[in-house]
Amino acid sequence: MAVSPTTLSTTAPRTSRRHINRDLLLAIVVLTPSIVAVAIFIYTFIAWTFWISTVNWNTSVIDYTFVGLRNWERMLSSFRFQMNLRNLALYALGFMSQCIIIGFLLASLLDQHIKGEAVFRTIFIFPFAVSAVVTGVAWRWLMRPETGINLLFESVGLGFLKSKWFADPTWGILFITIASSWQFAGYVMALYLAGLRGIPLEVKEAAQMDGCNTWALYRHIIIPMLAPVTYTSIVLTGMGAIRVFDIVTVISGSGQAFSTDMLAYHMFEQMFTANRFSLSAVIGAFMIILSIFLVVPYLLSVRKEQER
Amino acid sequence: MTRNTTISFQTIWSRGAIYLLLIAFALYFLMPVYVLVNTSFKPYTEVSIQRMWELPQGLYLGSFAEAWSKVSPNFINSLLITIPAAIISSFIGSINGYIFSKWRFKGSNTIFLLFLIGMFLPYQGVLIPMVLTLRSVGLYGTIPGLIFIHCVFGIPITALMFRSYYASVPDDLVDAGKIDGCGFFGIYRHILLPIAAPAFAVVLLWQFTSIWNDFIIGLVVLSNPRLAPVTVAVQNLAGSFTTEWNIQMAGALIAAAPTIIVYLLLGKLFMRGLLAGSVKG
Repeated sequence: MAVSPTTLSTTAPRTSRRHINRDLLLAIVVLTPSIVAVAIFIYTFIAWTFWISTVNWNTSVIDYTFVGLRNWERMLSSFRFQMNLRNLALYALGFMSQCIIIGFLLASLLDQHIKGEAVFRTIFIFPFAVSAVVTGVAWRWLMRPETGINLLFESVGLGFLKSKWFADPTWGILFITIASSWQFAGYVMALYLAGLRGIPLEVKEAAQMDGCNTWALYRHIIIPMLAPVTYTSIVLTGMGAIRVFDIVTVISGSGQAFSTDMLAYHMFEQMFTANRFSLSAVIGAFMIILSIFLVVPYLLSVRKEQER
Repeated sequence: MTRNTTISFQTIWSRGAIYLLLIAFALYFLMPVYVLVNTSFKPYTEVSIQRMWELPQGLYLGSFAEAWSKVSPNFINSLLITIPAAIISSFIGSINGYIFSKWRFKGSNTIFLLFLIGMFLPYQGVLIPMVLTLRSVGLYGTIPGLIFIHCVFGIPITALMFRSYYASVPDDLVDAGKIDGCGFFGIYRHILLPIAAPAFAVVLLWQFTSIWNDFIIGLVVLSNPRLAPVTVAVQNLAGSFTTEWNIQMAGALIAAAPTIIVYLLLGKLFMRGLLAGSVKG
């Protein structure tokens, strides 16, 4: 169904010009319900959440009495919220670094003309098709102190590696990132693999002709060329860290003295078990602020790139 | 590949190391699967802390039967939620993507960017107003309410995926359609829809997977255990101390089965969805 340029007259008759304008109007009308839905269900709701965070609604009785930043002060100074921030820092560190390092490593290995690449790829990506709840159930069993991986360690004589895993009162949250990065590293691998396949073979060959060894080739050419993929992965895994809920809920909940309590879990409990809607809204609004810092610069940079 | 054509020992060694690493990672990635499947096929008498890694003595299906009796209503709920939501949101996305790529107007790119930002923001920022609104219109705690929410939150991602796909359709085709007297709907029906099957497949698969696997929205909107989706049922099963491990695992496998089967059958489409979903389409 190719169209030769000659059939496209440069001076369309005036009737069709008006016709096109009418069609454009129609397009805008058709798009309007979606615009309205996003405007209400995402943007207005976010504004509403911010509003709820400034009122006095901390019981099951709706109360829109304005109290300024009192809920914010109360929430931000609470021990549990500060534990949330500490846990977020640890979780982000563990989750992001595992996803990006394992994802990049696997993609680089698979890019070496591997026999059975499709099988490996399937194995590495399938966790992403599984619900985080299922992932949590499996890993909770694997990380039980008296069995699971500890039992494996013991049977191969590595008993000294035994760990309390997510029950560790200090580092428990880091162990949960083992489960969540098991789920997500394959996604990051897929992104890197697509990036690696986009690098022309001549580039790799030319570098090797110049006597670059593999390490130098990666360090000076491939890794810099994949910087956009790395940025994408940082944003995606960073968002994953900010919003994580399912897997923590299934594996440990808040943990001992909030050692594995995350923002989303805390928010859910304030909302559903305690009916402290305003305090819950503070956490929701805080999560939005964090996300905006991460997402908006990224999307603007992607758009710039595509306009070029 | 290598500069010297003779295959050196070093090459063989490094090839071996690459395969060894890949196999080690593959085993690591399959470990949780082994545990789930292995435990699901054991009767409770065989599920012991010390013998966790041992293979079952026979193929015992009782755990699945018991788990199924517990989660089957929720499995049906998940189907009732996921299939309509995936179909409706794919359809909406196919029209929106068409407009964003072929009917650009002043400000349409900005609107699209706002869609994308909305796609990334965490649900926690809208959860409370969402519950209040659903309650006031009488959809709270209902399956149609949850379908509606999934369709709304699916607007950005489906528009993005279809827009990327339609971008590869030459504008000349659309212009030719305009000259032939096709209008807004005519071009969609006669030019884009006939070639959109691959995009529909990718988006349907993506929406099916993410809605099926959703936990938070299902938990918040359908708090009634009878109506809850299967992910919530599995969490309830896992959260109760009385439920035996083999049944929890079997329940988890039942909940994972549809998306895993679809993934194994349509892995290529899934990969495309992954890449399209990262805004790099």
